[in-house]
Amino acid sequence: MKDVTFGQYYPSHSFVHKMDPRVKILAAIAYIVAVFLVQSYHFVGFAACLLFVLITTAAAKVPFFRVLSSIKAILFFVFLSAVLQLFFHKGGTPLWEGGFITDEGLLSAGFIVARIFLVVLGASLLTLTTSPVELADGIESLLTPLKWIKFPVHEFALIMSIALRFIPTLLDETDRIVKAQKARGADFESGNVFKRAKALIPVLIPLLISSFRRADELADAMDARCYAGSKHRTKYKRMVPTYRDLIGVLVMAALITGVVLINTMLPF
Amino acid sequence: MALLEAENVSFSYDKKNMAVKNVSLSVDEGEYVAIIGHNGSGKSTLARLFNALLIPDSGKITVDGFCSSDKNALFEIRRRVGVVFQNPDNQLVASIVEDDVAFGPENLGVKREEIGERIEYALKAVGMEKFRKSSPTRLSGGQKQRIAIAGVLALKPGILVLDESTAMLDPQGRKEILEVVRKLNAEDRVTVIAITHYMEEVLHADKVFVVNDGGIAMQGTPAEIFRRAKEIKQMGLELPLAAYIAEKLRQRGVPVPEGIMTEEELAEALCVLLPKI
Repeated sequence: MKDVTFGQYYPSHSFVHKMDPRVKILAAIAYIVAVFLVQSYHFVGFAACLLFVLITTAAAKVPFFRVLSSIKAILFFVFLSAVLQLFFHKGGTPLWEGGFITDEGLLSAGFIVARIFLVVLGASLLTLTTSPVELADGIESLLTPLKWIKFPVHEFALIMSIALRFIPTLLDETDRIVKAQKARGADFESGNVFKRAKALIPVLIPLLISSFRRADELADAMDARCYAGSKHRTKYKRMVPTYRDLIGVLVMAALITGVVLINTMLPF
Repeated sequence: MALLEAENVSFSYDKKNMAVKNVSLSVDEGEYVAIIGHNGSGKSTLARLFNALLIPDSGKITVDGFCSSDKNALFEIRRRVGVVFQNPDNQLVASIVEDDVAFGPENLGVKREEIGERIEYALKAVGMEKFRKSSPTRLSGGQKQRIAIAGVLALKPGILVLDESTAMLDPQGRKEILEVVRKLNAEDRVTVIAITHYMEEVLHADKVFVVNDGGIAMQGTPAEIFRRAKEIKQMGLELPLAAYIAEKLRQRGVPVPEGIMTEEELAEALCVLLPKI
């Protein structure tokens, strides 16, 4: 349990890993926009997006199968959307006499599948190359303008980072409680779904109680270290964009221009 | 004037049972003070009173001239009295060591460049400078507690309060912490208040307060305290092993001198006695 890495962060010292998390988050959003900009059936645009994913994966020194494996989680969803497209797409000529699957339906199913795959690949590149802590810091920094509308950005960021900090601790604790309850004869493996869900109650209740105790102690420790909200607070960690981020921005701009150009230039 | 002074301090959590009764004590700059008592004796409440997490119901606590009953002095007191708590897991805020150590100075509004220097100083002081970029979850209990100490040291407190900070550690971790704390006291002149129920941790103190039932039952040097073995036992505390053996030997008629506290002292005394028996 000690070495559990939550999320799917793949540690490395690559070009992409060293980029500013804020730039990466914005780039991921821009990438998703680019994928959605690709107009119907312009698979050339998708090819451009795929090329971008491949280049980024190489620059991030992440094994490509790690990027691909993120698709596993959404396979069922993709399959469902493809089937729906196949059966309910109106228009086009049937593939065979009297059949209800049309050529256009097939095309649009392929289109949807490609779109979802590309979006997920790009998004997973973000989480593969950016640790949860960096992500939280990046989100905090990007949300800073919301302070103008009195959104508690600092508190929000603190909640995120404390949650991240306590995930491994609580996993450890869960492990310990499960073992303790097993030693007392608890049975988590047999019985139907309901029985097994019920067997989890003796794990969840101690976990809940201990979480409250932890929260209490943490609050004391924070008070003792002079915590008083965001007022007069300085920040040690600073994110400074480098030449890497400039290159990242340029590549993103190239991708979006490419997709738009393909949309307008290629006749369909 | 003493650095930290408690005058007739009383405190109750529920207004019925007194957790701390009429306690007066003073700690001078550079001292190593131990407060010892069994569970529920009120010693942890004292730690919280010292750094204004709790405010006395009556009496007053002054730190470096600031009185904890004065609301405006709250942060002046907390930055002077750093408390390290019992459970290392529940006092680390961040997922990376340097970020956690930075938490205190950030709260004080210290400038960025100086925070970097403070992190370096604090991690070096506890011997954890190699772990600056590590994640605390992968460290041992003793190492985590050293990070917690560093997090407090980064506030540059004059007084370091250890509220049973070794209670959840294995013997190795406990040793690490005691070494770090003794070094801080000796080399960096940090005033230490160690709250514990392990008699072994009292040995190196300049001054010991034995707390029982919310009040101070005894005070003196460790040697003076250990001489009163019977009373200590009645308060539910145990002598350090060497002192216990010396006590038993005396009862059996072996003329071991009084005031023996460590195993080395006991061995020395027995070697002197050996030719005579």
